[in-house]
Amino acid sequence: MKSQIIQIAATYLMPFLLVLSLVVFYRGHNEPGGGFIGGLIGGSAIILYAGAYGLEITKKLWINRPTALIWIGLAMALLSGFFAYLTHGSPFMTAVWVQIGSGPFALKVGTPLLFDLGVYLTVMGMLVKVVLTVMEEVL
Amino acid sequence: MEIITILILCFFLATVAPVIRQRTGIWSGWILAIVPAAIVVWLVVIYPKVWAGNAFRAAYEWLPQLNMGFSFRLDGLSWLFAMLIFGVGSLILIYAGYYMKTYKNTKRFFAYLVFFMGAMFGLVAANDLMTLFLFWELTSVTSFLLIGFKHHLKAARDAALQALLITGTGGLALLGGFILLGIEYQTFNIEVILQNPHIFLNSKYFLPISILLMVGAFTKSAIFPFHFWLPGAMQAPSPVSAFLHSATMVKAGIFLLARLLPLYSQSDFWIYTLTIFGVTTMFAGGWLSMAQNDLKKILAYTTVSALGTLVLLIGTGTAYALTAALVFLLVHAFYKATLFMMAGNIEKKTGTRQMDALGGLRHWMPVAAIISYLALLSMSGVPPMLGFIGKELIYEAKMKAPDAAVFILLAGFLANVFMVFVSARIAFSVFLGPKMSFDKKVAEPDVALLTGPGILVILSLLLGVFPEIAQNIISPAFTSIAPDESLVKLKLWHGFNNILLLSVLTVSAGLLMYFARKGLINRISRLNELFFNLHLSERFFAGLNAFMSFAGRKTSFVQHGYHRFYLMTMILSATALLWYGMFKMNFSWDSHLFEGVLSWIVLVAIFVIVSASIATVTTSNRLNALIYIGLVGIGLTIIFIYYGGVDLAITLIVVETLMIVIGAMVVYRLPKYIRYSGVTSRVRDVLISVVFGATITAIILAISPDYQAKEVADYFVENSLTKGFGKNVVNVILVDFRALDTLGEITVLALAAIGIASLLKLKLDKKT
Repeated sequence: MKSQIIQIAATYLMPFLLVLSLVVFYRGHNEPGGGFIGGLIGGSAIILYAGAYGLEITKKLWINRPTALIWIGLAMALLSGFFAYLTHGSPFMTAVWVQIGSGPFALKVGTPLLFDLGVYLTVMGMLVKVVLTVMEEVL
Repeated sequence: MEIITILILCFFLATVAPVIRQRTGIWSGWILAIVPAAIVVWLVVIYPKVWAGNAFRAAYEWLPQLNMGFSFRLDGLSWLFAMLIFGVGSLILIYAGYYMKTYKNTKRFFAYLVFFMGAMFGLVAANDLMTLFLFWELTSVTSFLLIGFKHHLKAARDAALQALLITGTGGLALLGGFILLGIEYQTFNIEVILQNPHIFLNSKYFLPISILLMVGAFTKSAIFPFHFWLPGAMQAPSPVSAFLHSATMVKAGIFLLARLLPLYSQSDFWIYTLTIFGVTTMFAGGWLSMAQNDLKKILAYTTVSALGTLVLLIGTGTAYALTAALVFLLVHAFYKATLFMMAGNIEKKTGTRQMDALGGLRHWMPVAAIISYLALLSMSGVPPMLGFIGKELIYEAKMKAPDAAVFILLAGFLANVFMVFVSARIAFSVFLGPKMSFDKKVAEPDVALLTGPGILVILSLLLGVFPEIAQNIISPAFTSIAPDESLVKLKLWHGFNNILLLSVLTVSAGLLMYFARKGLINRISRLNELFFNLHLSERFFAGLNAFMSFAGRKTSFVQHGYHRFYLMTMILSATALLWYGMFKMNFSWDSHLFEGVLSWIVLVAIFVIVSASIATVTTSNRLNALIYIGLVGIGLTIIFIYYGGVDLAITLIVVETLMIVIGAMVVYRLPKYIRYSGVTSRVRDVLISVVFGATITAIILAISPDYQAKEVADYFVENSLTKGFGKNVVNVILVDFRALDTLGEITVLALAAIGIASLLKLKLDKKT
């Protein structure tokens, strides 16, 4: 039972939601947002698509193994913690920041960003994994 | 440094042993034996230094705050044990390389065996009680793995478990004793402790320390009443019995007693206790060995007897007794390892090791027979074997023992008679006598199977004929355990005296008993059944089972599996603890708390939350309940936004939406809603919920006025931009200040996802 309305809505909403999730993720450092919320929104995008088009096509087009996202995310979070230890010998989870460029386009990049990206991927992977499994096994 | 090199070499060899085994098959024994043989050569080379009293050392810090060190010292006693470990070890490896060819998964067997060798060396070379304990436990673990090597057999698994639990319990006792010693001395350094025995002797923990140390040594060395794990350990393949359970590991307890001798040599309590347990074990082991039918069990019980003898001799503590102990250590290692390897050969070639099924083996395996005869002669103490010198010394030591000499001498005499009897029984019934018929084609064991026993027997003979060599071997060890005494000169021929008479009497009595064996063995078995069969092993397992069923009952009481009762337990105990905490802190709340912060928006939100909550619990439609819960969440979101928690609000609204979506997927598949619970339980649940809700409300009211962690919050707000480079304090806390917490949380999320997925894939209900 597939609804045309949801399918069309999903087609247009999904890229929007994915971009939104990245925006929310990135602005999280200064404005409300962050990896957790971003991951939830990104996961919702995929769930919306799966709800509209079904499991098969979602797996084929978007994501086959959400568990990989979880592992990559966890590994990124963990590595960001070790980064300062490896470069400066500082304790685990010490933040390291680097500024790229200057002026109005200056971009500050640091291990917390990498850590937050890890959170983003883990949350997204967890959400997608659970929902896809529920769809696969329960529905 | 040398010691560390040897340890690393052993543990490295253990890791590559599987590869060597796989590549070289039955030749792996010879290859693996190169390393321990080279170490033996090194030990021989350094002998002059050890003789001169220069100990090799290595010391590292481990936990200096607790005075724990990782330190080693190779003195005379360690040297003697190291010679045994690597000397016998290399021969055992040669033997095992060939012996294990009919077994499966032998790759790991060799890893365990070599690993054990390293652990045992670490034990004897340790100069710190904690280092010693570490290696002590490693030997227990490897022993467990080796006894249980044939893990497809229940008997082997049980024996391994029994050995591990008994030696493990002893290890714990030992740890307790070591810690108390460490408290008394403010150090775990063995050398320092041994130099100041008076601290121990005058300690208020003297008795506990003594008992704990003795339990540790007695369990490891299979001293009565802990002896029963050793006969059970005969489930292990023969190389293991020959190495661990005769020559090395069971001697660890003896080593400990010898090492700590300067500590307790002035204590009557120790001398009497060691004497009593030593004599009992010596006699009981000898007695029990007589009526056994399994060749390896016979050897196991004679090992128990020998270990008792060693404890007795160390407990006696005179120069004679200590000389005798060290000589007997060598004697026993040589002949017992030989006999265990021979038992393995016999089992391999004939398919049985039951005494009544064996006979006339000399026709098929003459070389093996000669080697065994010599070993048995050493065991019964017949000249010119080293065993003779050992036994003479033991008799002499017992005669000169300060107290209760007659009683000890009598027990020792009987134990030796039993040994002679057992030796005669093995020699005559297994190798001589009429040819028995076997399922297999019996033949001489292969060269690799005879090399080890042959070398050990030749050593027994050589050292017996040239006792000066034996004297030189044990002399450094003697100096390190009893520096004030002087070693008794070893001689093969003492002249005609009481001791020689006693030896002659022993051998004749043993032979006489052998000729009366038919009735004798039956009578001994019957006597054992009536009086001496303590069923210690069976009782051990009965106790273990009782403990397991107790644990099972306890678990099923606490972990009953009813979700509602778990929730109830959690909620009620949390409530109780929270109220306890609040009363302890003299809580109070400010009645002006709500002034100026409530607005009509919040009031509307509260109204939505309360009415949606009531609707959730009263509706009889699951989908409706789901939507009502979502409504509660939206009410909360409004409150969060009103008070500025935008991050929280966004997260909550996304989570609530997703929860309804996922919930709707599942609700759709659930069976029709039926109310099972009765009025009573519903009233109870309502009460619990209300109490819990009220508790949480009270706590929030109580902690709000004077917020304890204000400075923490202020710190985060102040430093968020300067140190975390972010204006969003919540996010900076999450990813920077408290990132470790977040890492833990996302790990939990990952685990939850995997858990949910595997539960869903499990399909417990196969029918649908």
